[in-house]
Amino acid sequence: MAIRFLESMMATLDKLSSRPNVKKVVYAFAVIFLISVILLPPILGITFKLGLAEQVFSNPELVNRSEAAIFWSFIIALSVATLDLVAGLPLAWIISGGRSRWINIIDALSDIPFVIPTVALGFSTLLFWGKTGPVSFLGVFVPPGLLLVLLLHFAFSFPVIVRVMVGELMAHNTIYETAAKTLGARAFTIARTVTLPLLRPGLIAAFLLAFARSLSETGATVIVAGLFENGPVFIKNAKDAGLEGPMVLVSFTLIISSVAVFALIRLLGNRLKIPFKSVYPDPETRLSSKRSVNIRNGITLLVFGLFVLIPSIYIMFPAIGALADGTLQKALSGFGVWSTFWQSMTLSYLIAVIVTLINIAMGLPIAILIARKRLGKLVTTLLDAVVNVPIMVPSVALGVSLGYFWRSLSFLPEFWILVFAHMTITYTYFVQAMAAAIEGIPEEMEETARTLGSRPLHVFRKIILPLAKYSFLSGAILVFTRSVDETGAATAVSQTMMTAPVLLVSWVKHQVPVTDSDIALGIAFLVLTSFASLLVLRLVVYRGKK
Amino acid sequence: MPALRLLNVTKRFGVLKAIDDVTFEVKDREYLCVLGSTGSGKTTLLRSIAGIIHPDDGDIYLDGERVTGVPAEERNAVYVPQTYALFPHMTVLENVMFGPLAKETNKNIAEETAIKVLRLVRLNNRADAYPNELSGGMQQRVALARGLSSGAKLLLLDEPLGALDVRLRLELRTELRKLAKESGLTVIHVTHDQEEAMTIGDRILVLRKGKLQQLGTPYHVYNRPEQIFVANFVGNTNFLEAIVQSRSKEGSTLRLREGLTVRVSDYSFENDEAVILSIREENTSITSEPRGDESNRLSGEATAVYFLGSFIRYVVKLTNGDEIAARVPIKEVDAEIKQGDWVSISFDPANTHVYEYPTLGLQGELEAS
Repeated sequence: MAIRFLESMMATLDKLSSRPNVKKVVYAFAVIFLISVILLPPILGITFKLGLAEQVFSNPELVNRSEAAIFWSFIIALSVATLDLVAGLPLAWIISGGRSRWINIIDALSDIPFVIPTVALGFSTLLFWGKTGPVSFLGVFVPPGLLLVLLLHFAFSFPVIVRVMVGELMAHNTIYETAAKTLGARAFTIARTVTLPLLRPGLIAAFLLAFARSLSETGATVIVAGLFENGPVFIKNAKDAGLEGPMVLVSFTLIISSVAVFALIRLLGNRLKIPFKSVYPDPETRLSSKRSVNIRNGITLLVFGLFVLIPSIYIMFPAIGALADGTLQKALSGFGVWSTFWQSMTLSYLIAVIVTLINIAMGLPIAILIARKRLGKLVTTLLDAVVNVPIMVPSVALGVSLGYFWRSLSFLPEFWILVFAHMTITYTYFVQAMAAAIEGIPEEMEETARTLGSRPLHVFRKIILPLAKYSFLSGAILVFTRSVDETGAATAVSQTMMTAPVLLVSWVKHQVPVTDSDIALGIAFLVLTSFASLLVLRLVVYRGKK
Repeated sequence: MPALRLLNVTKRFGVLKAIDDVTFEVKDREYLCVLGSTGSGKTTLLRSIAGIIHPDDGDIYLDGERVTGVPAEERNAVYVPQTYALFPHMTVLENVMFGPLAKETNKNIAEETAIKVLRLVRLNNRADAYPNELSGGMQQRVALARGLSSGAKLLLLDEPLGALDVRLRLELRTELRKLAKESGLTVIHVTHDQEEAMTIGDRILVLRKGKLQQLGTPYHVYNRPEQIFVANFVGNTNFLEAIVQSRSKEGSTLRLREGLTVRVSDYSFENDEAVILSIREENTSITSEPRGDESNRLSGEATAVYFLGSFIRYVVKLTNGDEIAARVPIKEVDAEIKQGDWVSISFDPANTHVYEYPTLGLQGELEAS
């Protein structure tokens, strides 16, 4: 009965989708949502409050601190993205080069810093390089501050480069390399003069993503920053100290400058001639030798293990400890601080579910508009750029602006303000994943289906969705996990309600009386739930492939 | 009643007119081949008929009904692109059932129809296979079966044989036509291969830069090309610049460069008018003979000899510098003609065509596809 009702409803909707006006209304609604909920609030929110920034100029100390914070944000992001590219590219080369059990394991391990919530990464890094950390017996100890921030950012931006470049290398047609080889070029020369120039768009994309991730990260950075301040840490400190003026000024500057830097890298990147074309037969022959390759691979794996993998998973040890010392029982019974923890976890997941559903519904039409260039080339480029803004701009700065905007609508409860903030922060992921997937499906397939009598919604349900289901799922899960993990914007927006990452940051900073075991276990819960989401995705994809 | 009628249809992309004021009719159950080079507007024409894109001007009628604004799913005209666009996530059977199910046919009836159609294209034993498990020829048959099962009366094939190797292409030509005729379908088949168009089409429509050049039976288009472009595009043709020297009811005498003269049966042009003379390569004969020009028997040097299997093609440079090629069936070949030999080349005045001198000049006209 229910099925029959559903079928007849679908048939009615299918028929409706043939009407040009219905299609127009759906697309228009999604575009209005994009403009009024995703794009305008962060622009308007901060603009309303720009007047507050003036208080800063009368205080030279605050001016200096603000300038330094913004300066360091960009310096860290640039150096981390560059270092990650240098260290990540050889690993991507190893992973894409062969299929063995070991390589599969390295492949899976390289994703770990990507799936661990950043709060956990921050705490893990703090402990690993800390006074009682595992390398302290060698006399190596990195106190909270600039160097630790660099180490942390290097670790969590690393998988972005590896993931993007493995994808690029796997999809790359090696016919050019074969041609170069038959022309007598050595492996190193080929990589430098043929492969890398061909992969330039991928290299730029990877660099930009790593750059954005470093620029935007708040939760983990706050944990390891100590007295050092970059943009996001400054904003968080200013908020905690009730200094609205500096918060507005730095947020505004970060938003504007990050968009400008992105546009600049995009434009200049395409003109960049990498690398120069001269060939140096002698040194390059030596660099192509088996011994050189082995040494390079060894160093690559060492850097990956020591600076990325182990610092990221080090949290495991104190978390396991927490299972034995009674903290687990305390946690499960919701005793003391744990009752707020579970409230925060529920809040985080509830927000994530709502945000994921809305972003799917509102993002799908936009993904189609972008993939099929329905609005012409110029508008599509513009739409694509607008969709990408939320991941370019530091989330805490975005959060500050969003907070101002949505709080100005006094009827809106704090819960919904949090939902709207998370929606903006995660909007890009689903649209991007689906747009790329739909672009990969030949338009002819849709057209042929329509001439066979299939209506637009029917075509979408029966052709596009089944063909793009993995991207649909991975886009949705990315939105979900990013929402659960989001710290910067949530910190900036929250007044009385705290999501799990925000609460955990306050635990780590000992703003609440908690033990290290409490912190480790709290973070472990967040990590486990995050892993569970990833596991679901892998299972679904694996089943689909069979 | 014609199955399809286009009336002054124009489609623009920016400033470019992809189809330019095209008017024609296709009869019920007719097999029409649309012939044109890349960029001639063939695919745009097909997609306009399918309803995938909508013309800027003009009207399209299907079975007497105006469908210009009707969406693709309501036209009953199935589009089969060169790639076939088989749905990769569906089996052969599911692909073929897609049309009926999209039109809300009962599932059992849809399956019955699909199986019947699959039997017709001899693929009933591969019903459970996925498209990527089939050969190119089989995939093409699935695409046709999918069109047939949807109940469409009009099949729009975009270079349907283009993705296949030569041997298979030849084999499937006749099969395609047979299937269409047996199923009572009206077909519009787009191709750039003139031989394919001639073998398969009841009629041929020649398209150039979005404009209709000629529409007629293969015999008509081949033997009476109305434009220099058609004569050049269909078959292998020699073109010579000439001036009408004299004319009578029996024909005209044309003066080529350097005073050479030829007789043609056409007498529609005035004296002293500049014209283009065209002669099919296969309508010339060649003999090894000494120097000396007579009317329609011109001597020259064989500058190239190409062996083409069943034919030999000779390129002859005439004494006035013009070039003429002759295509001679292998069994009629005078084996003694070699490159550099002095030969004479002749043709029948009745086997020539004369065209008005084009505004772009001969070379300009031939180069502008």
